[in-house]
Amino acid sequence: MKPTDIQDPEYFHKVVDCQYACPAHTPVPEYIRLIAAGKYTEAYLINWESNVFPGVLGRTCDRPCEPACRRGRVEEEPVAICRLKRVAADFKDDISHILPKGPFPSNGKKIALIGGGPASLTVARDLAPLGYEIHLYDDQPAGGGMMRSQIPAFRLPEEVLNEEVNYILDMGIHTQFKTFVSSMKEILDKKYDAVFVGTGAPKGNDLDKLPGRWDDPDKIHIGITWLASVAFEHTDKIGKKVIVLGGGNTAMDCCRTARRVGGEDVRVVVRSPFNEMKASPWEIEDAQMEDIPILNNHNPKAFVTSEGKLQGMLFEKVEAIYDKNGKRRLEPTGEEVFIAADEVLVAIGQGNAFPWVERDLGLEFNQWELPKLNATTLQSTRPDVFFGGDAALGPKNVITAVAQGHQAAISIDLFCNGRDVHDRPPPMTNLAQQKMGLHEWIYDSAVVPDLRYKVPHADKKLTLKNRKKEVELGFDLEKAYREAERCLNCDVQTVFSEPKCIECDACVDVCPTSCISFVTNGAEEDLRTRLVAPANQLDQDLYVSSVLPTKRVMVKDENVCLHCGLCAERCPTAAWDMQKYLYNTTKAAPIWKQEEVV
Amino acid sequence: MTYLRPTFRHPELPTNILGFTRKDYEGAISTLCAGCGHDSISGAIVQACWEMSIEPHKVAKLSGIGCSSKTPTYFLSNAHGFNTVHGRMPSVATGANMANRSLTYLGVSGDGDSASIGMGQFVHAIRRNLNVVYILMNNGCYGLTKGQDSATADVGSKSKSGSENKFATIDLASLAIELGATFVARSFSGDKEQLVPLIKAALAHGGFAFLDVVSPCVTFNNNFGSTKSYSYVREHNHAASNIDFVPPAETISVNYPENTARELELHGGNKIVLHKLPTEWDPLDRISALNRLHQARRTGEIVTGLLFIEPESQDLHATLDTVQEPLNQLQEKDLCPGSKKLEQINKSYR
Repeated sequence: MKPTDIQDPEYFHKVVDCQYACPAHTPVPEYIRLIAAGKYTEAYLINWESNVFPGVLGRTCDRPCEPACRRGRVEEEPVAICRLKRVAADFKDDISHILPKGPFPSNGKKIALIGGGPASLTVARDLAPLGYEIHLYDDQPAGGGMMRSQIPAFRLPEEVLNEEVNYILDMGIHTQFKTFVSSMKEILDKKYDAVFVGTGAPKGNDLDKLPGRWDDPDKIHIGITWLASVAFEHTDKIGKKVIVLGGGNTAMDCCRTARRVGGEDVRVVVRSPFNEMKASPWEIEDAQMEDIPILNNHNPKAFVTSEGKLQGMLFEKVEAIYDKNGKRRLEPTGEEVFIAADEVLVAIGQGNAFPWVERDLGLEFNQWELPKLNATTLQSTRPDVFFGGDAALGPKNVITAVAQGHQAAISIDLFCNGRDVHDRPPPMTNLAQQKMGLHEWIYDSAVVPDLRYKVPHADKKLTLKNRKKEVELGFDLEKAYREAERCLNCDVQTVFSEPKCIECDACVDVCPTSCISFVTNGAEEDLRTRLVAPANQLDQDLYVSSVLPTKRVMVKDENVCLHCGLCAERCPTAAWDMQKYLYNTTKAAPIWKQEEVV
Repeated sequence: MTYLRPTFRHPELPTNILGFTRKDYEGAISTLCAGCGHDSISGAIVQACWEMSIEPHKVAKLSGIGCSSKTPTYFLSNAHGFNTVHGRMPSVATGANMANRSLTYLGVSGDGDSASIGMGQFVHAIRRNLNVVYILMNNGCYGLTKGQDSATADVGSKSKSGSENKFATIDLASLAIELGATFVARSFSGDKEQLVPLIKAALAHGGFAFLDVVSPCVTFNNNFGSTKSYSYVREHNHAASNIDFVPPAETISVNYPENTARELELHGGNKIVLHKLPTEWDPLDRISALNRLHQARRTGEIVTGLLFIEPESQDLHATLDTVQEPLNQLQEKDLCPGSKKLEQINKSYR
């Protein structure tokens, strides 16, 4: 193998698995260390700069970081990264004086944002400090988009959402709420310098062809529409017996909301096997905790009505059969099941809809009626129109919307300045020594086994009575500290310097997880078989040195490195050193200088 | 300084036939200097015992005094251990071995412990062919007392302060061969590929197995001009024959070209294969091995590998015709066999 190029900003970035997995690349270990140090405000600001909604995401994020967490490879469960983010939000001081404050000197450019969700708000935050005049259009009465309409208040209290939405709106954004944009042409006619579309995925899928669907239509609701009407208090009750169709997070929100507005016998019914449900495991667990059974392998056959009144639904049981390639087929078993219901919530996916975009504006759409976009720049075929969030490349999640918002903001800024949108700014990186004493590091290097701490929940008797009562209570400070200490500090990198190495093997002998080997070089597949311990995790890189005096190379398998620093402590010549790698995706506007805060 | 070693290990560590991973053969975290050659030797011992599937609790580790003699704490935590008086490890090992021959004996000593204060003990253990692996961690200096030259320092070798050693060196490997040792090898702490099979062969050898391992002292004897530094040993290392250790359960899988390899049977069905046979001497011939070592001393080479072996060696128990069972397992009827037996014995003297 060729020697690893650690100058490549992505090499060490990839070692910080949580940050690499995060669509917005939030520097996770950095803020977790700050939480452990009791610096909640600083931890919050790092998050705010990177993901704009730390309080919201600390409660509702899909957490792509957690399955990536290295702790999960040596212990059962990863660090509770998401809930630690919430700790930063819960315990921070007043930060309003630190945030960028308008009015900002105008740069003479006007931008329209269609939709007031996470993607649009991110664009607004990134561009407002640069002097753009920003007009935000949304049909809802307040900003937040799906965070307000689809995420129930018992998971995300309104105050938390309002606070973080207002940090942005207070930057001098011109909001036009309760304004439904019905024509793209009208917007374009207003001669904005650029238009950003962040209208989400507002169209919930229906079972409109299923027999009986239109016999008692008032008792059958589309999940996301129903959640929105509960959120905006147009609906405050539901029948006692409720069926929720679907196995995603929306289905979980629907069933739990139904339990709070009158549903006593609420059941979730899914076509797929339980272990293939799309909902996050923790959301499934929370639903089950609220006495909601989940029936899997049930394929809906018909809505059953009697004298125009909904009685329930008929399902056929199916069995999942997998072919050689692991592809799934649902085979009916012949058994039919009737489940009684007063009302049914259909939460079987959602999609984008652009009936309001005229097709003669130079904006091209693909075969799925989605806008044709460049996935990096998020620019459409009409150069002054950009997309982001669920509206762009299909429904994902809040953190992806934020990440796309940042990228779209960069594109818009480049476009408005007449520059090439493909010329993206490189990330900000910094590698800093951590040596403090002979064998002391600035970071807490000791690694001890400690199982993941559970976030306490409020009493079910209280939460089921009040739709707005938050279920999760968040970590208290002691638990937060302990959970933060579980972080392995993967951003503190093991940096190897060949000229200093005397090949004494001290690092090989002391490494608790047998990551380091000195072997003759070879191709990667061959090298992976000749190391001290097997290196079977192919998505984890091998860090390879140049050839050493004994004609061997140092090979480090990054997979289960605990970043404990023992290799550097046992190295007599400091050929190994622990250095903290900070990687920050560049935003359109520097919100502040990192060193001023931390 | 953190003396805390995480308890997590690689989740896919291989297991040996006992079902143990290397973790089961580890000891406490080393308190020796960072980069000490001794730690590598500890690592090689762990590796060798794991590969041979030796049950850790059936090993007795014995040592004297010095940096080297601290190392038994850093491997095989589950083995028996005895840290003796300076230079007296061979006596204690002899006593222990006589009392219980069912354990594997692993003696660890240093150049001060063996070539100075314990020299008398060392030579007599050889003479008796005590069944023990005797690993000498040889750094040519007294590392625990600020690095004064030891008796194994080469003439002209420079200390860290720049002074040259003026006294003749004691080469313990030559001495061991001279005194009739039945297994003598030399290796280098920085070459585990050679060291691990040598330790395995030594463990399988039925008699006194002496391993002189050059082990640089990073703090006091790793300087320019020292003949026991990492770079000097690497430059002057003349790795003679590499060996493969083959336990009884395995067959020799590699075919060596004719006349370049030699297979030797050890006790208990173990085999070793010497490949790349040395051309300058015959490791089964005591005189040629001694000649080679003398020659090397003249040219400044460090000859490593298996220097001499007498596979059919007769250890102390065989010489003394002792009882098989460990003494603490002998019952009253074994120890007091009764008046009839006494009569018999008395008769034999008449």
